[in-house]
Amino acid sequence: MAQVLEIRWHGRGGQGAKTAAILLGEAAASAGKHFQAFPEYGPERMGAPVLAFNRISDEPVRVHCHVASPGIVVVLDPTLIGKNDVTAGVPEDGVYIVNTNLSPAEMRARLKVKGGKVFTVDATQISMDTIGRAIPNTPMMGALIKATGLMALGEFIADTRHKLEMKFRSKPEVIEGNIKAIERAYQEVQSE
Amino acid sequence: MSKRVAITGNEAVAQAMRQINPDVVAAYPITPQTEIVQIFSSFVADGDVDTEFVTVESEHSAMSATIGASAAGARAMTATSSQGLALMWEVLYVAAGLRLPIVAPVVNRALSAPINIHCDHSDTMGARDSGWVQLYSENAQEAYDNLIQAVRIAEHADVQLPIMVTMDGFIVSHGMENAELLDDEVVRGFIGQRTPKHWLLDVDSPATFGALDFADWYFEHRRQLADAQTYVKGVVLEVAKEFAKISGRDYDLFEAYRLDDADFAVVVLNSAAGTAKAVVDDLRKQGVKAGLLKIRLFRPFPHEEMVAALAGKKAIAVLDRADGLSTMGGPVFVDVRSAMYDAPGPKMVNYIYGLGGRDVDTEQIAGVYWDLARIAETGKITSPVTYLGVRE
Amino acid sequence: MSANAKAKEKGWKDVPIGGLILEAGSSEKYETGDWRTYRPVWDQDKCKHCMICWIYCPDSCILVREGKMIGIDYEHCKGCGICAHECPAKCIDMRLETELQAEGAAAGAGAGSASGATSGGEAGGK
Repeated sequence: MAQVLEIRWHGRGGQGAKTAAILLGEAAASAGKHFQAFPEYGPERMGAPVLAFNRISDEPVRVHCHVASPGIVVVLDPTLIGKNDVTAGVPEDGVYIVNTNLSPAEMRARLKVKGGKVFTVDATQISMDTIGRAIPNTPMMGALIKATGLMALGEFIADTRHKLEMKFRSKPEVIEGNIKAIERAYQEVQSE
Repeated sequence: MSKRVAITGNEAVAQAMRQINPDVVAAYPITPQTEIVQIFSSFVADGDVDTEFVTVESEHSAMSATIGASAAGARAMTATSSQGLALMWEVLYVAAGLRLPIVAPVVNRALSAPINIHCDHSDTMGARDSGWVQLYSENAQEAYDNLIQAVRIAEHADVQLPIMVTMDGFIVSHGMENAELLDDEVVRGFIGQRTPKHWLLDVDSPATFGALDFADWYFEHRRQLADAQTYVKGVVLEVAKEFAKISGRDYDLFEAYRLDDADFAVVVLNSAAGTAKAVVDDLRKQGVKAGLLKIRLFRPFPHEEMVAALAGKKAIAVLDRADGLSTMGGPVFVDVRSAMYDAPGPKMVNYIYGLGGRDVDTEQIAGVYWDLARIAETGKITSPVTYLGVRE
Repeated sequence: MSANAKAKEKGWKDVPIGGLILEAGSSEKYETGDWRTYRPVWDQDKCKHCMICWIYCPDSCILVREGKMIGIDYEHCKGCGICAHECPAKCIDMRLETELQAEGAAAGAGAGSASGATSGGEAGGK
């Protein structure tokens, strides 16, 4: 099989896990890559645990099953840790990017993982500061870009700005807030 | 020329409908089809299409209004899923019997009960004997391409049959992937105008549609319906050839993936075929001669070509995402095995998988191939029908 | 019998697809007069030509020329009796076909009906 980067997003209904997966996928597509972005659909309830997935590759992606062994796990809501097994199926060298005010070392202890890499960023605080609401998905994307080097920040921001402009034409403050959130998380994300 | 975009299956289908620009669309929303109709209705509101959009109170009415519009001479479309298709059941037969070239995307979803919104093929399999042509699609790209080709196939003078184009609910309808969309003008040039021989609003040569047809002529008209099915294959291939010229993408009655020299073949429809291709590549690396047959045209059933493609295999597994509940396997299995009856006989087994959206992964499909290898080696089938991925 | 006879003339390849009927007004060719049990018998002398029967007749069997009723189309009249029921002048009488046919036979051949249209003489023969 061709090299496929697989990402699993953990969040709660309303936090934008699906949107994040889609925005990331679209950005990857703009960068000439093949991709999939899809949520695990359940009863759509605000606050209920949700999953979303990405596959990103230079070759067309043909498999249509869930991502079972993600190389990257993004946790939008730290309260999910312990309740849901965010480490399920993740290989030894897996990368975790968690929205939390804890340090990477503290989060590693919480996750009970040995190998791989743990990144942390306080995306909730960043989104409160920049967007005015606790919507951690866009800052977490900034953290993901930094942690993985998936694409250049400028490239990602340009694409996301374009997408947001189509959606929020009448609310420029939303666009700027989100862009700022991405930039701040990109700078503030911590690794061990 | 065409452009590559990041798009969901539902968005791709809605875009195809925009480019087709049908005269009439009558539809009712149902998960996971809802987005198609919602996006298309925004095209109507924005004046991007000339379509008369009829909001109706049920799928029965949606299909009925589509039939009326098509009989009147319009290029008419609808879209549905699951219970919605089930509610259309009565009128599906009218559409086929009246020989109306309606094109309808159907987003595959399980049927109640228990209530479920996720993918399986019970809905369209239930409509397989209605006289509708059925094209199945692996991903968003195929759903888009099939829908555009469906217009030409349905309206072809030798065919004049309704067509449903399916894709897997959520997995493809809501999953986002890359797909190449054609230019609007290219699509419009490809599909042209509908030129029905007879239509209800033709006051110069009036015709009666839907007249009573008892024992004196009903049988003859149903015989015609059966005859029309025999032309579908040829027209599907002819349209595919022309579509390749505008898109660069090749379509056939089915896709034979590394099948020529394969010992073990899996037959499957829709999105699981993509997963199975990855398994085939993996097994080939291990020296296992695995191959795949992905059915595109399921109705009418291209049995001659399929037998030619599957003859000589050591063992074949048919994967059904619907149960026939006959105790002898799913609908695809029954057809494939019946087609293979006169062929020098590979062993054949059936796997019912993925009901109600149950995920089917590469490991499970690889397991099917290993089962086939064992069956070929021992010559023994322990279980003709296996429920793949169910909790025992 | 008649179905088989038709099938010999034309096969499934010879008829329009989808059960379409391409000839306008072809239902006129289908004679339903022999379905009758009762025949409406019109009394020309009592008729006021009010056209109430013409309005009510579900099978367009009231024959009219220049604003006046001139008779009943017995080739298509099914004998429902609505005309007789609605007629304000009581000039339409519903009479048993069997009685009228018996009278006609007694009176001699060809005297089946006042207007000269087909009577129900073939009733049940199809």
